[in-house]
Amino acid sequence: MSQPASLLAAVLLPPSAAPGGVTPGDLSAARAQMGFSLAWHIVVACLGVGLPLLTLAAEWYGIRTGNPAHRLLARRWARAMGVLFAVGAVSGTILSFEMGLLWPGLMGRFGQVIGLPFALEGIAFFIEAIFLGIYLYAWDRLPPRLHLLTGVPIVVAGILSAFFVVCANAWMNQPRGYTLRGGRVVHVDPWAAMLNPASPPQSVHMVLAALVVSSFLTASVYAVALLRGRRDTYHRTGFFIPFVLGAVVTPFQLVAGDWAARFLAHFRPTKLAAIEGVFHTHSHVPLTVLGFADGDRLRYGLEIPDGLSLLVGYRPSTVIKGLDRVPREDWPTVTSVHLSFDVMVGLGCFLLLMGVWLLLAWWWGRRTGTAPLAVRGTRLFLLLAAVAGPAAVVALECGWCVTEFGRQPWVVWGVMRVRDAVNPAPGLMTGLWLVLFVYAAMTTAAVYVLRRMTRDTPVPVAPQESDVEEYPVA
Amino acid sequence: MLADLTLAVTWAGLTCYALFAGADFGAGFWDLLAGRDTRGLPQRRFIEHSIGPVWEANHVWLIFVLVLLWAGFSPVFAAVLSTLYIPLTLAALGIIARGAAFAFRKASVELWQQRLFGACFALSSVLTPFFLGTVAGGVASGRVPAGIAAGDTVTSWANPTSFLGGVLAVLACAHLAAVYLCQDAARGGDAALAAQFRRRAVLSGLASGVVALAGIAILHEDATVLFHGLTHRALPLVVVSAVAGVAGLVLLVRDHFVWARAVAALAVAAILWSWGAAQYPNMLVPSTTVSDAASTDAVLAACLISLAVGFLLLVPSLWLLYATFQREQPAHADAGTDSTG
Ligand code: HDD
Ligand code: HEM
Ligand code: HEM
Repeated sequence: MSQPASLLAAVLLPPSAAPGGVTPGDLSAARAQMGFSLAWHIVVACLGVGLPLLTLAAEWYGIRTGNPAHRLLARRWARAMGVLFAVGAVSGTILSFEMGLLWPGLMGRFGQVIGLPFALEGIAFFIEAIFLGIYLYAWDRLPPRLHLLTGVPIVVAGILSAFFVVCANAWMNQPRGYTLRGGRVVHVDPWAAMLNPASPPQSVHMVLAALVVSSFLTASVYAVALLRGRRDTYHRTGFFIPFVLGAVVTPFQLVAGDWAARFLAHFRPTKLAAIEGVFHTHSHVPLTVLGFADGDRLRYGLEIPDGLSLLVGYRPSTVIKGLDRVPREDWPTVTSVHLSFDVMVGLGCFLLLMGVWLLLAWWWGRRTGTAPLAVRGTRLFLLLAAVAGPAAVVALECGWCVTEFGRQPWVVWGVMRVRDAVNPAPGLMTGLWLVLFVYAAMTTAAVYVLRRMTRDTPVPVAPQESDVEEYPVA
Repeated sequence: MLADLTLAVTWAGLTCYALFAGADFGAGFWDLLAGRDTRGLPQRRFIEHSIGPVWEANHVWLIFVLVLLWAGFSPVFAAVLSTLYIPLTLAALGIIARGAAFAFRKASVELWQQRLFGACFALSSVLTPFFLGTVAGGVASGRVPAGIAAGDTVTSWANPTSFLGGVLAVLACAHLAAVYLCQDAARGGDAALAAQFRRRAVLSGLASGVVALAGIAILHEDATVLFHGLTHRALPLVVVSAVAGVAGLVLLVRDHFVWARAVAALAVAAILWSWGAAQYPNMLVPSTTVSDAASTDAVLAACLISLAVGFLLLVPSLWLLYATFQREQPAHADAGTDSTG
């Protein structure tokens, strides 16, 4: 997860003492463990935000059409929601442990500053749990429209959860709302800390990403089924509902990404410089696509002359602040930040094009009177749609790599370095291996069992299946 | 004032975790002892069915405690988690393994898979409360000093008081679960199963009592501050716990399962609160008090007010949840009911 080379070096080289007794190996281990668990959690969390919306859409559609296939779809998704909810709770529990186990320096000093958003997230989560219980349990017990209504709080609470945690991350990027005296936090304005300037762009971009990821991921499951020739209503609707949602949200997502980048140009020029590989402050800065950092420049990249200056200030003469404005030891690792960014943007554009393709196919279908997905090129489209789900996940992970690697070497930007936050106790490397082992064993088992379940029909489709009717969480 | 209130709320959350998740863990304990494959099957089925609906949702309480600790008492959170990171990492891994294995066992068809996942589920159900108990023992016996990773990473949890805490936690979970399962079985009309779990509830209750008595000697030697507190300020709560424990056994023997449930919960809660009362106002023995560790009033007030508002939202939602459960399912089943592949 963190730069593999440095991790490898940390594993292979003998540990040399660093300030505070923290070995570089332990520091890398802690970073890798945190990054790994977060990268795992974020996928589930995104589905926790997006899937309820999709389920409600399917249910509403099912009520309108009265078609059992649509209603079955809603049921299936609701069931997956129940499972994902439990998985999200477990992986989230691990995260709250890790904040203290791995980063006691951060939590000991600033825990109270970012405590509020997490407390609020807990409440949102609780409400989500309760309404999930009502929604799953009340399926046959409430009139359809009323039942639909009980699902709305799940969606709202899910979005709020995401907003709150991202506020905590945004604070690490734009620390506000506290006074330090003699290394101790003496005065805190928790609301100012939570609603810092980075919160709006980051949380909007994040919530949209959650929708994009869950839409395309769900659609890709049905794209595979369609490719295998199962073109009945059930699979077609299962494909179209999420794919259309994804196609609608993606343009907004790109606009929000642009907002996030402009925000950085104003508030965090160093991060933008790392993202774009700008080493020297000057005007007429080109936009470099791909490329590796080599000394003080990017090599092997594709340069668009004046591109970045134009993007940021709409004029080629716009001056872009480079990395040279801060000491070298405060530079993030340019290559990983830059490449992650390019992959995210590239995949974002790919998703946008998929939406455009669907629009064109639909328009063409209307003109020629053929049903959508009955025209030529459909196979290629479905193949790419099947790839789009994993692609959205990769974009999501890369986005987080931009944010997190781009903040290095700070854990709280400009205030606390990562190495001052890490737990100085020995043995973090062992902990990392243990955690990796357990996650790997779990993932293997999950894949194995899930695959078996699709083969043996009598077996429950999901662990919660027999309980859907009686699933009173809390 | 605000700090004490926050601590009380945190402790209430801890009590909920001990009672609700404790019963879940304990169910895993009985799963472990249910006997070989075919003989143990009916019990395993029953246990699975009883805890199935709540599954992992009870960890919400643990998260609640962790978040309030870090928001309200950041230095204590940092000190405890950094010094005791070994048992806490193991407990965290236990939580993952347990949740995953439970789900997988339910989904798997072949015997060897069910055995593997079952063993994983049951073992982690026992080890997780054990490690959490050792953490409590480490804090209670004053082995976690203020500061980051300032205590010994091994002896802070490998010591007599921690061991006592671990064993007591496992036994208390087992007892809670057995009492809960008794009532479930009785309500389900399965007298044989109810009798089986009644025997287990009595046995685990007696075992907890014996260990607690032996614990007095251990605490006298190993955790003098805690011992003093338990025998002075916290004495009424200790007495409540003991009386409730005995009363619970009597109620069990007389088949008053509903009451036995409430009383067993009271006994366990009283242990937790007597620990808190014995140690107060120290959060870390001997010298970090609640007011030393507390966050600024602005943070505490913001968190408490948010929780209060959240509570106001939660009450009607919970009411709605229970109201829905009371509704009968209409006769005409929904066409969407799932049965196709
Ligand atoms: C489906 C996922 C997805 C897609 C298609 C995009 N992003 Fe993104 N991006 C994320 C998912 C994401 C994210 C994972 O959600 C991040 C990480 C932190 C955050 O708030 O959002 C993120 C962060 C992030 C940041 C860093 C923000 C910061 O550190 O403060 C920038 C500058 C952009 N994005 C810009 C873009 C641009 C210009 C895109 C397309 C043209 C784009 N993103 C597409
Ligand atoms: C929203 C809340 C989040 C918070 C509060 C948060 C917090 C942290 C903290 C405290 C660290 C360790 C310090 C550091 O290395 O800078 C860290 C590192 C990291 N996080 Fe995040 N994180 C969040 C979201 C995410 C997500 C969703 C991902 C991944 C998909 C992620 C990926 C990483 C990675 C890869 C690292 C290691 C970075 C490095 O060491 O270079 N983070 N995060
Ligand atoms: C951008 C990053 C994150 C997002 C969007 C996010 C979102 C969510 C969501 C939606 C859930 C509910 C689970 C579900 O509905 O399936 C959840 C659970 C949880 N998350 Fe995350 N999360 C993020 C990062 C983090 C981080 C960094 C932490 C670290 C402490 C964390 C802690 C938790 C916890 C403790 C839970 C369990 C439920 C609860 O809050 O009570 N999350 N998260």
